[in-house]
Amino acid sequence: MLSLDFLDDVRRMNKRQLYYQVLNFGMIVSSALMIWKGLMVVTGSESPIVVVLSGSMEPAFHRGDLLFLTNRIEDPIRVGEIVVFRIEGREIPIVHRVLKIHEKQNGDIKFLTKGDNNAVDDRGLYKRGQHWLEKKDVVGRARGMQSFFSWVYLCWSIESSFLY
Amino acid sequence: MNTVLSRANSLFAFSLSVMAALTFGCFITTVFKERSVPVSIAVSRVTLKNLEDFTGPRERSDLGFVTFDITADLQSIFDWNVKQLFLYLSAEYSTKNNALNQVVLWDKVMLRGDNPKLFLKDMKSKYFFFDDGNGLKGNRNVTLTLSWNVVPNAGILPLVTGSGHVSVPFPDTYETTKSY
Repeated sequence: MLSLDFLDDVRRMNKRQLYYQVLNFGMIVSSALMIWKGLMVVTGSESPIVVVLSGSMEPAFHRGDLLFLTNRIEDPIRVGEIVVFRIEGREIPIVHRVLKIHEKQNGDIKFLTKGDNNAVDDRGLYKRGQHWLEKKDVVGRARGMQSFFSWVYLCWSIESSFLY
Repeated sequence: MNTVLSRANSLFAFSLSVMAALTFGCFITTVFKERSVPVSIAVSRVTLKNLEDFTGPRERSDLGFVTFDITADLQSIFDWNVKQLFLYLSAEYSTKNNALNQVVLWDKVMLRGDNPKLFLKDMKSKYFFFDDGNGLKGNRNVTLTLSWNVVPNAGILPLVTGSGHVSVPFPDTYETTKSY
């Protein structure tokens, strides 16, 4: 079968060839890591590519779509923008649209968000007593997307739901 | 290529490459396109009240009511890479409390295939137009603009503002009757 053929190949290699293969593998892994970290630096975001997990922004984003984020502090927050924010104490970030902003002269801003597919704004999702989001809650802005490969995530999520 | 498995593997790898090329093609053919069209907005009625902001912070704030008309033809924006346009009418103004305020009054999802010509009359705002404070009273310069977020199949998500805006002066007095 296939697995035995592979082991024969390995036994036939001498030590140098084996080391070469291991180094090759290491090069590939570190190149991938460098590209990912490079993306983090260029975009300013800790997670420059994210997968859409919920349907709260349909029909724009469906589950499985990939979003490309930037997180440049100097970009002003304006209505209509799609921001990725994290609520204090919660782990999972939310990707919704800015509905309202009030910005002071010195740049302090408070804003409200809402998912396109939700009937009401996000105040029900914020912390108890919290009515607005601030710049510090933002972890990125959605700048681009692709939906050609959303089936990849959907297949993975169906498969992983069978495990539990 | 003599087993079903190796054929399926080749086919799968080829499909992935084709999908990747298509994705990039969609992106590169539409990334530099102009996405703005002229828009005509008219406001027929403006009313102002002052009550507790029941949508959030329970402070007495100005609540505006605007009745508007929108005319726009968005046909030229739709192409093979535009899945939908998320339209939103926003009011922008400045007050004593805040140098910049922007409030979305109304929004609409326009999918590819829907009627791209907007001819709306006497529309009421979808969201409550509460100010952060009492800055709408006597505000002479509240600007309404129609903008849209172009949502592609693959590519960038630009926010485009239509050319054509209207400046609305708000009344100096509060309306006390129960009317809208």
